[in-house]
Amino acid sequence: MLVYTLKRLGLALLVTLAVSMLSFALLYLSGDPAAAIAGETANADDIEAVRIYYGFDRPWVVQYGEWMFNAIRGDFGTSYYFKLPVSQLVADRLSVTMLLGLCGISFALLTAVPLGVAAAVRPNSIIDRIALFLSVMGQAMPSFWFGLVLIVLFSIKLRLLPPSGSDNWQNFVMPTIVLGYYAMPAIMRLTRAGMLDVLGADYVRTARAKGAGEFRVMFKHALRNAIIPVVSLAAVQMGFMLGGSIVVESIFALHGAGYLAWESIGRNDLPTVQALILVFSMFYIVFTFLSDLLNAWLDPRMRVG
Amino acid sequence: MENILSVRGLTVDIPLAAGTLHAVRGIDFDVKRGETLCVVGESGSGKSLTSLAIMGLLPKQAQRSAQVLDFEGVDLQTASKRDMRKLRGNRISMIFQEPMTSLNPAYTIGDQLMEALLLHRKVSKPVACDRAIELLEKVGITAAANRMKQYPHQLSGGLRQRVMIAMALMGEPDLIIADEPTTALDVTIQAQILRLLKDLQRELNMAMILITHDLGVVARVADKVAIMYAGEMVESGSTAEVFTAPKHPYTRGLLNCIPVPGKTAAGEHLGSIPGIVPSLIGDVVGCAFRSRCDEATAQCSSDIPARVSSAGHLYRCVHDYDGPASPSMNQPKSGEA
Repeated sequence: MLVYTLKRLGLALLVTLAVSMLSFALLYLSGDPAAAIAGETANADDIEAVRIYYGFDRPWVVQYGEWMFNAIRGDFGTSYYFKLPVSQLVADRLSVTMLLGLCGISFALLTAVPLGVAAAVRPNSIIDRIALFLSVMGQAMPSFWFGLVLIVLFSIKLRLLPPSGSDNWQNFVMPTIVLGYYAMPAIMRLTRAGMLDVLGADYVRTARAKGAGEFRVMFKHALRNAIIPVVSLAAVQMGFMLGGSIVVESIFALHGAGYLAWESIGRNDLPTVQALILVFSMFYIVFTFLSDLLNAWLDPRMRVG
Repeated sequence: MENILSVRGLTVDIPLAAGTLHAVRGIDFDVKRGETLCVVGESGSGKSLTSLAIMGLLPKQAQRSAQVLDFEGVDLQTASKRDMRKLRGNRISMIFQEPMTSLNPAYTIGDQLMEALLLHRKVSKPVACDRAIELLEKVGITAAANRMKQYPHQLSGGLRQRVMIAMALMGEPDLIIADEPTTALDVTIQAQILRLLKDLQRELNMAMILITHDLGVVARVADKVAIMYAGEMVESGSTAEVFTAPKHPYTRGLLNCIPVPGKTAAGEHLGSIPGIVPSLIGDVVGCAFRSRCDEATAQCSSDIPARVSSAGHLYRCVHDYDGPASPSMNQPKSGEA
């Protein structure tokens, strides 16, 4: 188990390094950063002055080393737009995004797993049909449209929930549903397929032959084995939610990190974009690592040779 | 001695798109305490469905009916789900064909063994653990305490089947049903497992139903034998009776397929039964074996009643046969003449 953990950890660190290089390279991929900062009215001398002031004239290895060294200490430089430390800016916004992501994945798992199990226990029953209908709907509806439909229904017609903002819990209800519903279909279908597969397994029959009740058979013997691929999928979905909730945050004007990323790209605020890319990638890496550990705990074949 | 299990007129029907599959067609048998009944037949003859029907573990779409399905005074047909659950793994245990896939890969051997006891008895975990270790030792597993912490994938097929046997014994069952317990194992392991099962059955005075397609196994362990063909019990009786004076042509055909040490010459062709098992979809009238039988006459197309040859020896064939068990056994071998 220790060797396995260390291997996974090493892999995670290598991916982090690769991502950091890519996000650093972003600075140069979008044109001359000095010209971008100096603005459209600047002449050649101004641009050169900016280049020297920000250190863009030095070799890129030195620049990367400095950037990385600072990033590890939590210093991502100063935002071109806000003139504030990027780390402070990102930290402020991240709490909203993390809360939304956590609510979203919880909503997805809490609806998808029970529905998937119920659908697998009685294939082609009415529950299975409903589950299929819901998952096709979730897959087919773009989240910006679903978000707007919810706003029309709950904010404008029924006046139950606020349409935008991130001040209290009511602001999070609709975004959670939209974000969670987007992840739900894949998790539901994978749970159903896994359960169907496992319920036909010989060891499930053994459990019944031992005199185990249906509930015990379903949850102790079957789900434990069927859930293994779902864990990996949920980890990726979770990473996606934390980094990719840009659409949902924009619709509901939640001031989260996704919204900040969207704004910063528009403003050419590169240090902020770099930091956000690194943070979002870190989420993916951390969740994948955690799901690997969780899978190893669930499936002894992965940890005991 | 009193019967532990009595079965009369057991049928299992499976509705299919093409019609109803009559997988088990009205079979009768009894098993007494301390007795081993071997059910023999080829694939698809309904042996496994018979055992699942007793356990109440048939696939959902299968329909079971019987005139009598009695386990120690409990009518298994009217027993509630809860009552069936209390019997399973406790008073009736089952050992399956596939040791490689019959254990849950996510839990340790110990967890799975202990569960079999904890589901039925109000005992503490340490007590269940001691019992599990004791049984692992009984089924010939060394370093049992260490094995308890291992996972199924760390064990060989033979060891896993021993674990399955130990698991079946956890609740001290009155009846143990073993469905081809040695089919998936190496030949050398097969003999060990069978001997183990037989020894345990004697020692614990259990009734055992052993399902097999291997007549060699039957000769070694069975007190009684039941030959199944196309969902029907074509012949049943004491092992000695059925082996020495087989009445049904199918039984004789099966016996003819086994080499006899000292009698079958090297290179001699063993017997075989021509043809294939008939389809059991739709109504089956008359003897199902007649299309493969040398002795078939017009009579075989009508209903075949069960006939009694001697006490407890039943068969379903309209013809009388008093010849030797296996024709080839009495023919002079070409080398000896």
